Amino acid sequence: MDLLLNNFWELTITGLAYGAIYALIALGYTLVYGVLRLINFAHSEVFMYGGFAAVWVLTAIGATKATGLGTAGFLVVAFATAMAMSALVALVLEFVAYRPLRKRNSPPLIALISAIGASYTLSEAMGLRDKPFKWFGKDQDLVRYVGRPREASPFPLNIEVKRLFYVFDYHVSNIDLIVLGAAIIMMIGLDQFVSRSRLGRGIRAVAQDPESAALMGVNRDRVIRLTFVLGGAMAGAAAVMYLLKVGQIRYNSGFILGVKAFTAAVLGGIGNLRGALLGGFILGVAENYGQAVFGGEWKDVVAFTLLVVILLFRPTGLLGESLGKARA
Amino acid sequence: MNAVRNFLHGVGDRFRALPRWAKIVLAIAAAVFVYLLPIINPPLITTTDSDFGAVLFLCALYALVAIGLNIVIGYAGLLDLGYIGFFAIGAFTVGILGSAHGNIPLLLCIPIAMAVTLFSGIVLGAPTLRVRGDYLAIVTLGFGEIVRLVLVNADGLTGGSRGISNIPTPPSLDLFGVPHLVWDGFVAKVDLSNQTRFIQFSVTDSIPYYWLALTLVFIVLFLDWRMQNSRVGRAWEATREDEDAAELMGVPTFRFKLLAFATGAAIGGLSGALFATKQQFINPDNFTILYSVLFVAMVVVGGQGNRWGVILAAALLTWAPEKFRFLSDARFLLFGLVLMALAIFRPQGLLPPRRSVRAKRADEETEVLEEGAAHV
Amino acid sequence: MSDTKAGASSADETRGARVDDDTPLSPDEDARPDTSVDISVDAVTDLPKGKMLEVDDVTLRFGGVTALDGVSFHINTGEILGLIGPNGAGKTTCFNVMTGVYQPTSGDVKFMGEALGKRKKFQITKLGIARTFQNIRLFHNMTALENVLVGADAHHSTGMGSALLRLPKHHSEEREGMDRAYELLKFMGLEKRADELARNLPYGDQRRLEIARALATNPKLLCLDEPAAGFNPAEKARLMELIRSIRDQGYTVLLIEHDMKLVMGVTDRIVVLEFGKKIAEGVPAEIQDNPAVIAAYLGVDEDAS
Repeated sequence: MDLLLNNFWELTITGLAYGAIYALIALGYTLVYGVLRLINFAHSEVFMYGGFAAVWVLTAIGATKATGLGTAGFLVVAFATAMAMSALVALVLEFVAYRPLRKRNSPPLIALISAIGASYTLSEAMGLRDKPFKWFGKDQDLVRYVGRPREASPFPLNIEVKRLFYVFDYHVSNIDLIVLGAAIIMMIGLDQFVSRSRLGRGIRAVAQDPESAALMGVNRDRVIRLTFVLGGAMAGAAAVMYLLKVGQIRYNSGFILGVKAFTAAVLGGIGNLRGALLGGFILGVAENYGQAVFGGEWKDVVAFTLLVVILLFRPTGLLGESLGKARA
Repeated sequence: MNAVRNFLHGVGDRFRALPRWAKIVLAIAAAVFVYLLPIINPPLITTTDSDFGAVLFLCALYALVAIGLNIVIGYAGLLDLGYIGFFAIGAFTVGILGSAHGNIPLLLCIPIAMAVTLFSGIVLGAPTLRVRGDYLAIVTLGFGEIVRLVLVNADGLTGGSRGISNIPTPPSLDLFGVPHLVWDGFVAKVDLSNQTRFIQFSVTDSIPYYWLALTLVFIVLFLDWRMQNSRVGRAWEATREDEDAAELMGVPTFRFKLLAFATGAAIGGLSGALFATKQQFINPDNFTILYSVLFVAMVVVGGQGNRWGVILAAALLTWAPEKFRFLSDARFLLFGLVLMALAIFRPQGLLPPRRSVRAKRADEETEVLEEGAAHV
Repeated sequence: MSDTKAGASSADETRGARVDDDTPLSPDEDARPDTSVDISVDAVTDLPKGKMLEVDDVTLRFGGVTALDGVSFHINTGEILGLIGPNGAGKTTCFNVMTGVYQPTSGDVKFMGEALGKRKKFQITKLGIARTFQNIRLFHNMTALENVLVGADAHHSTGMGSALLRLPKHHSEEREGMDRAYELLKFMGLEKRADELARNLPYGDQRRLEIARALATNPKLLCLDEPAAGFNPAEKARLMELIRSIRDQGYTVLLIEHDMKLVMGVTDRIVVLEFGKKIAEGVPAEIQDNPAVIAAYLGVDEDAS
C-alpha cells in the first residue's frame, strides 16, 4: 500500500501510457464489433505484425541511434510502416477469414472459430518465418535482419531516456510523452474521422442498422473494409508505442495484449469508441495500482478481476454499447 | 467431407434400425474394440513417433473434456473460453490434497476435485451468466487466465511454477498380463515380450490409464444422455433457442444455465484430476489459455450438440498432431488453417446434431415432392 | 452474419400470403383441430368466479415516452376479454407488463388477488399466466412435440438428480407431459406433425403450435397476442371458433386483436386502448357504438377493418 501512495503519480502516468496502448488496440475490437457483432480474435496478430514491420524497416534503414530531428524522422517512419502493415494484415484477414462467412450468413460462433484459426495461423507463420529460408540454406543470413523466429526481436532505435518535467513528484520522460502524445493524436484523428467524415457516417449508419444503411445506399462491404483498416492502423500505432515502452516484440506478444485490450473494450462498453478509450486508460492505471498493492505478479489478475466486477454492476460496460449513437 | 458425414449418419441409421439384441451385441463389440486399440495397435492408425497408449489416453481425456464442454456450449449455448481453468482446478485439487499438502488417496481426491470445480463453476457462473453472451466469453477467458496466474503465484499452495510432483496413482490390482500385437505389414503377431499388466498404473505404461479414461468417458456419456433426454435437456435447448420465450414458458433459464455451466465445470474438474494422476507431475504451464481455445475448437469442429461428433473431433484433433509429428513445428500453423477452412466450408461441424440433419432431409424431401419426382 | 432473422421472417410472410380463402388452417385436410378432445385441467377449470386478473392504474414510462398511462381493467374468470386498439396503442406493452417482461412504473397487476410485484417471468408463468407472441417465437429447431413438452415442463420439477437417477418422478412427469402434449396437439390438429421441426411447419400450424405450447403450461389465463395475424378472414374466423372452444373447456382468455369486427363475434367484453390510455370498456355491442372508439379507429388507423 505504501508503494502505491509513495509512487502515486509515477504509477498513474506510466499506467496511462500503457493504457493508451490498450486503448488503441481496443479501438480495433470495438470498431469491428460495432459493425459486425464479431469478436475479432485475430486482432492481436494484426498488432504483432505491425510491430515486426516497424522493427524490420528500422533495422533495414539502419536506424539505431539518432538525436533530435533524426529520432523524430525515424519515429514517423516506424509509425507509418507499422500502421500500413497492420492495416494491410487486417484487410487480408477480413478478406480471407470473415468475408466468406458473411456471404454464407454463418452464426457468430463459427466466425469466432475462424478468427481463432486465423489467429493461430498468423502468429505461427511469424514464429516459423525462418522455415522457407531454411529450405534454401539461407536462414543464418536471415537472422541478421529479422531475428530468431521464436525469440524476441528488439526495437533497433535507441532513444535516450530524458526526464523532461515534473508532474507532482514524478519526473515525466520523453518516452511517456511520445507515447501519450501519439496516442492522443491518433484518438482525436479517429474521433473526428468517425464523427465528421462521410465514410465515418457510413460506419455509424451500418453499426446502428445494417439493413436500413444498405437501403440508403451505404456500401456495407466497403464500410466493413474501412473499419478493419482503421482498427488495423490503430493497432499498428499501438505496436510502435509498445516497442518504445517494452523494447522488444515476439511472435506471440499479441495474445495477452489482445486479451487485455478486448477487456478494455468490454470495460468501456464494446462497440463504443470513447468507451474503448476510457476502458483502456482505466485498465492501464488500475493495473499499475494493483501491481503496487499486490505485487507485480498479480498485475493480470487485477485486470481481469476488475472486468468481472465492473460487468456485474454495469453489464453493458461503463459507457454502454453504441457505435451508432456515440460519436466516437 | 460430406461423404464421411453421410457414411457416419448412415451407420447411425442402420444401427438404430437393428433389433435390440443385435444393437447390444454390436455396441459391446465396438466397445471391446476401442478398449483393445492399444493392444491391437492397428496399422495406419497407430502413431509411430510417440507412444500409442499415451496418445490414446490423451484422446480419451480430451473426449471427456469435449463432452463436458459440449454441455455448456452445445446444449446450453454458453460460450465458455475458460474451460482450462476448471481443468486446472481439478488437477491441482488432486495435486494439493494427494501430494503437496496431504496424502488423501486418489479415489477420494477425485470426487473432492469434482466438488471443488462444481463449486467454482457456480461461483463464476452466478454473477456472469446474467450478462450477455459475448461478455461471458471474455469473462471466462479472463477466469482461465486468472486461475493460471494464481497457480503460478500462490507458491505456498501450488508450488508455483515448479508445480507439484508425486501425485498419487489409482490403486493397482495386478491380475494378469496382456501381450501386445505387432504388425508386419498387415500380418499380426503376438508379442509376448511386450505385455500390459492388467491393471497396474505406472509411469511406464499408459494403457491402464487409457482404460480408466475410456471407462469414465462411457459413464459420463451415459449420464450425459440421461440429462439430455429429460426436462433438463429440453430446458437447455429451449433456452439456447430463445431465452426470453423459454422464460415466458416457465423455464427458469438462469437456473438451468447455471446448472449447465456447473455440470460442465465438474466434468472439466474430473478430466483435470485424471490428467494429474496420469502425469503424476503438473505445473501451471500445462494449463495455458491456448488449451481453452483448443477445447472450444473440438466442440465446434465436432458439431455443437452432438456428443459423438465432439468425441470424434476431440480424438481427431489430439491424434492427428501426434500421428503427423514429422510436421512438428508447423502443427499449430496447420491447426489454424484447418480451423479456418472448417469454419468456411463446414460451419455446422463434422457431425452436426441429428436434428439439423433430419430437418435438412425433410426439406430436401419436400423439394423433391414439389418437383413431382417423388422417389425414395 | 446478422441477417438470418430477417430472412426467416420474410419466408414466413410469403408462406402466409400464399394461403387463399378456401384453404383450411392446415394444408392437411385430416389435420383439422379436433375440439372434442378434452383438454381441461381441474386446477384451471375449478376456479372461483369473479375477478381473475386486475390491472390497477398501471403506468409505464420508457424515458420520456409514456407507453401506458393509468390503465385499469379486470378479467373475470371464464370469459374472453378482447384488448383492442389501433397500432401502437399499447396492447402488447400491456401484455408485457402482465407477464413480467416489464415492471410498471406505477400501479400494479393483481392475479388471483395477489400482486405480481417483482416476480420473474417464469414465476408468473407458473402462477398461471401463459402467452403467445405477435411474431411467432417457437423453439424453431425443436420438434412440435418438444415445444409443447417445454410448456408442460412449467409444472414439472424434475431436476438434475431425478433425471440422472431416473427416479420415479422423472418417469411420471415425462408420461404426464407426453399425454398432455398429445392431447393438446390433437386438439389443435397438429398430432400428425408432432415430430416435425417447428420451423418446417406451415405458418398457420406454427400459430396454433404456439397456442398449444402456452396451454401446456396449464394456464389459468391464456393471453393471445394477435393469434390471427397474417390470416385471411376465413382463417381468422375459424381460429376464433377454436379460441371459443378453448374457453368452453374452462380457460379464461385475453385476446389482443387488431381487427375490431372479428373481436366482436368472439369476446364477452372488450377493453379499448389508444395512445396508452383506456378509452372504452364494455360488451361488444356497446363498444361498437362508442363514439370515442369509432373516432379512434376511423381517425387513426385505416387498415383496421
